[in-house]
Amino acid sequence: MTDMTQPVLSVRDLRVEFATRRGVLTALDGVSFEINRGEVLGVVGESGAGKSVTGSAVIGLIDPPGRIAGGEIRLAGERIDNLPPEAMRKVRGKRIGMIFQDPLTSLNPLYRVGRQIEETIRTHTDLSAKAARQRAIDLLAEVGIPAPERRIDGFPHEFSGGMRQRVVIALALAAEPELIIADEPTTALDVSVQAQIITLLKRLGRDHGTAVMLITHDMGVIAEAADRVAVMYAGRVAEIGPVAAVVGDPLHPYAKGLMGAIPSLSHEADRLAQIPGAMPRLSAIPPGCAFNPRCPKVFARCTVDRPEPLTVGSHRVACHLYDASGQAAA
Amino acid sequence: MLAFILRRLLQSVGVLLAVGLIAFAMFRFAGDPVNQLVAPDTPYAERLQIRQSLGLDDPVLVQFARYAGNAVRGQFGNSYQFRQPVSTLLAERMPATLELAFCATLFALTAGILMGVYSALHRDSVGAKIVQAISLVGVSLPTFLIGILLIFLFSVTLGWLPSYGRGDTVRIGWWTTGFLTVSGWKALILPSITLGLFQMTLIMRLVRAEMLEVLRTDYIRFARARGLTTRSIHFGHALKNTLVPVITVAGLQLGSIIAFSIITETVFQWPGMGLLFVQAVQNVDVPIMAAYLLLVALIFVTINLVVDLLYTIVDPRLRLSVRRAT
Amino acid sequence: MASPAPALSAAAPPSRLARFLDSDLFANFKRSKLAMAAFAATVLFVALALLAPVISPQNPYDPAQLELMNASLPPIWYADGQAPFLIGTDDQGRDVLSAVFYGMRLSLLVGVLGVLLSGFIGIGLGLIAGYAGGWVDTIIMRVADVQLTFPAILIALIVDGVAKAVAGGHMEADAQIALIVVAIGLSFWVQYARTVRGSVMVEKNKDYVQAGRLIGLSAPVILTRHILPNVTGPVFVIATINLALAIITEATLSFLGTGLPETMPSLGTLIRTGNRFLFSGEWWIVAFPGLALAGLVLAINLLGDWLRDALNPKLQ
Repeated sequence: MTDMTQPVLSVRDLRVEFATRRGVLTALDGVSFEINRGEVLGVVGESGAGKSVTGSAVIGLIDPPGRIAGGEIRLAGERIDNLPPEAMRKVRGKRIGMIFQDPLTSLNPLYRVGRQIEETIRTHTDLSAKAARQRAIDLLAEVGIPAPERRIDGFPHEFSGGMRQRVVIALALAAEPELIIADEPTTALDVSVQAQIITLLKRLGRDHGTAVMLITHDMGVIAEAADRVAVMYAGRVAEIGPVAAVVGDPLHPYAKGLMGAIPSLSHEADRLAQIPGAMPRLSAIPPGCAFNPRCPKVFARCTVDRPEPLTVGSHRVACHLYDASGQAAA
Repeated sequence: MLAFILRRLLQSVGVLLAVGLIAFAMFRFAGDPVNQLVAPDTPYAERLQIRQSLGLDDPVLVQFARYAGNAVRGQFGNSYQFRQPVSTLLAERMPATLELAFCATLFALTAGILMGVYSALHRDSVGAKIVQAISLVGVSLPTFLIGILLIFLFSVTLGWLPSYGRGDTVRIGWWTTGFLTVSGWKALILPSITLGLFQMTLIMRLVRAEMLEVLRTDYIRFARARGLTTRSIHFGHALKNTLVPVITVAGLQLGSIIAFSIITETVFQWPGMGLLFVQAVQNVDVPIMAAYLLLVALIFVTINLVVDLLYTIVDPRLRLSVRRAT
Repeated sequence: MASPAPALSAAAPPSRLARFLDSDLFANFKRSKLAMAAFAATVLFVALALLAPVISPQNPYDPAQLELMNASLPPIWYADGQAPFLIGTDDQGRDVLSAVFYGMRLSLLVGVLGVLLSGFIGIGLGLIAGYAGGWVDTIIMRVADVQLTFPAILIALIVDGVAKAVAGGHMEADAQIALIVVAIGLSFWVQYARTVRGSVMVEKNKDYVQAGRLIGLSAPVILTRHILPNVTGPVFVIATINLALAIITEATLSFLGTGLPETMPSLGTLIRTGNRFLFSGEWWIVAFPGLALAGLVLAINLLGDWLRDALNPKLQ
């Protein structure tokens, strides 16, 4: 049913608003990106840049008072942002799997992990109880849990943090989804375990041809795992492109600052480069380019016109420094 | 696990001993027991003899040991008013109180959980506001006023339900039950609601608060992200996690229900232990008061113990920590 | 918010009242309509109770004023209702309205005295337990734990029964009132003790208390001058909520027939006597005292709820 050539996920001009007592806040404004089969898209940015909101919007879990106010989300060509709740529920878990930040709190403490996996499988397939249990054991084995036929009857608290995140990944994979959204999957884990989880995610994405949206604020994770990367700032995509290009040669001044902040083992910088100032609150986004108050290369146009995304080489970047021809304008 | 139970058991015995001491002090020192047993014109010598035969001249500690020993065997002396063993009187009245407490608890639990879940899931609906208003009234109105109001509505005005007594009861061994007759069931309705209403509002408020808390947790969000049906998220995942703390409170409330039945039994002239106790207080019948106090303490302690055990069974995390602690 | 005229406040420091009117608590109060209504109702009830001897057409405690000819009259809006008995009379010819005013007076008196006593006991024991620590603390808190498992009404009933047993069964009305106050005091002290003990444990290690100790202040001075003021907020909330509970407890004891006698009826006693006439159709004898009791308790409860919520951020 799925056309192999079209992207698994395509987001166009997504706009998400939160109605608060002090007026409407725009959390996402004109966000566009695509993820192809078997591809890992890293989404980076500071806290509050809109990374998690983007993930929630795709899986249809934006809680009131938030709402999708514009744009469209297509899963394998099919629009899903306007599906009725029951139809969207069937997409969740079956066609889009999700992994949250904290494996300690993602699992219901009162149920055995097997029950939680089986219930997900049986919600989305018509496997028998026995077959579902076998599949749950297979899944646990696949995510690298030793002795799965015994561990399946354990309670979440009997697993370590890393093992629990593996269970969470098994849950996200339960119904063979086309897309996995991983929201800060390694942030709450020990450093030694982080690499294992990232490797696992990458391998599973490749083996199953699953597209992965990897949300993180950790540039190291992106460099390690992502094929392409989207840099978000104040609810907008500042720059998007292949990971080597964006990390190695960032175009957007914000992306440049962000890459400068990666600690590197090879050349010992005395201190990390810092971007002066802080990201504006959603209630106080400046006119024009949202980054203009902190930008080292700001000029008159930046405070008036909002930059539209332009294709520059393999990048797409929203900055007035680059004109349509791909040359630096100033 | 075993050590945990033992420790709990030891604590319970401690509480019972403390209450026993109070009961004994009442029994022994609140009024002269001899005065209650003999005619006012009994000569002093005879009184002295009775004192001795009752062992009232022994050291206090010996007397307490004797009282405790008797209490363990269910002997609490004779009632001043009825001239009968207190244990017989209590045994006669116990079925009435326990059946009433059982129905009241059932009502409090079902109605409390249903209303609590409803008002948590439909937070801003009109129904939830009505539920909140009911809970305010339930907490504010004294129990006996609610009883009187129900009697006025359903007995006096509508004439549907009886206003006093247990209706017809059936005797099974030493137990009398109202569950086997229509009039017995009818007689249970109003007292059960009266007795259970306060506990119902407590449970309802607790369930609502806990459920709202649980619905905000990550694992509920994750359950939604897994595409589980709303039904299984609310009633499978959220409700079970909500009910863990509710079990403790509800269990402890069961003890209160038995103690609170004093008021309801008086309003409905329900022939249970509570009514016996109130009559004992009115008529200064100390042996009954002391025995009732001990009995209620025993019930409380037992319930506490059972709730603790139940809690460890329901929550696997606790089971583990208990195992580790031992 | 508009502040008082600057010239005035520059001349003299603002009075307590002015400071209160400017406080957050008062601003919050003005926003909550329910709290204002509850407050107005409470003030009304208290005023009626205080003015009972002035505004009542009859003194219900004076047997000479009761006429059996006036017995069991219905409220004035019925055909056979009679002035001045606005809401009817009971079987003794007692004016129900007067009885309600006087009954409310008694209920409030017993409630307030009971709360004061339980507060006194609870705060005292809490201060001692928290400051002394050790086995004193252990004993006091153990007793509190055990007592907390029993409903207050049971404890009040037992205190009442034991006192009667000691007194030999008969008591004067005044002694009855005192006894109920004591019974309530002994039933409701635990919450104060726990709260106060908790604050003392926190405060006693703070620098200013240690400093006080160093300059030689005695324990009672430190406790009352320095620690007590920190717990007034929570204690006030507990007291308000307990006032409603104390009134209910008194009413319940009286209803059960172990409270105030029929010659000196509180609201609970009135309901107890009125309850007998429910079936003979004289509903007003029980309905109006019941309504007064429910209104009084509801108003105080609402006030207590609001106070708890309003003070809550400061409690933590």
